[in-house]
Amino acid sequence: MNEMQLKFLARSENEVFARNAVAAFALSLNPTLAQLSDVKTAVSEAVTNSIVHGYADGEGWIRIACKTDENFLHIEISDSGRGIGNLEEALTPFFTTLPDEERSGMGFTIMQTFMTSFSVQSAPGVGTTVKMSKDFGAKAEADAM
Amino acid sequence: MEMQGFRKGDSLYVYLSGEIDEHSVSRIRRDADTLIDENAGLSRAIFNLAGVKFMDSTGIGFLIGRYNRLKRYGMGMYLENPNSGTDKILTLSGVYSLMPKV
Repeated sequence: MNEMQLKFLARSENEVFARNAVAAFALSLNPTLAQLSDVKTAVSEAVTNSIVHGYADGEGWIRIACKTDENFLHIEISDSGRGIGNLEEALTPFFTTLPDEERSGMGFTIMQTFMTSFSVQSAPGVGTTVKMSKDFGAKAEADAM
Repeated sequence: MEMQGFRKGDSLYVYLSGEIDEHSVSRIRRDADTLIDENAGLSRAIFNLAGVKFMDSTGIGFLIGRYNRLKRYGMGMYLENPNSGTDKILTLSGVYSLMPKV
């Protein structure tokens, strides 16, 4: 078992740093390239959400906590932004609150599809926390995709 | 993220490379639109993704935005050579029904 935590400002220039840091931490679990790509994409989606939606009105901190447990990587990404008013709506594929900004509305769908497990907690005015895990033991399934 | 475009016959070829995310897309969106506007008389645009090492859903939004602009000029849009990670996200989001893979 191993753990790490990151805290960084919610700026888009930090997206590449965040996903690559998590990917580097995951290397001890011997992921396939496809699995690593899945994790990087899911992390990028969560961090983008925090920047674009959570802190739409300003700047704040994003925190990432990672833990390895046997073949699993557990990731928790949280912000103290404005939160999500209607989670059911937000989780609907192609739903976006910002259609004029060329948003695809696929962020949560990608996190759900690319990770082994996924959950999101949010409270308006308090912030949002995404928890997701990847089972790196499931190699046959991951490589087939 | 880098972008290069050239004209060949009645097609506009757009080569994207690097990592496509919220940060990199915001810098390239206007250049992509200028390139499309300058080649408005052509019949199609082919986006080559061979050099794209990473793309998240921001890239999907970017591609759909360019598709809509091309459509206004009556131009079709096609995608070619995505890597397996990019292909997975393009398939999941269903964009190949708008811009077929060639």
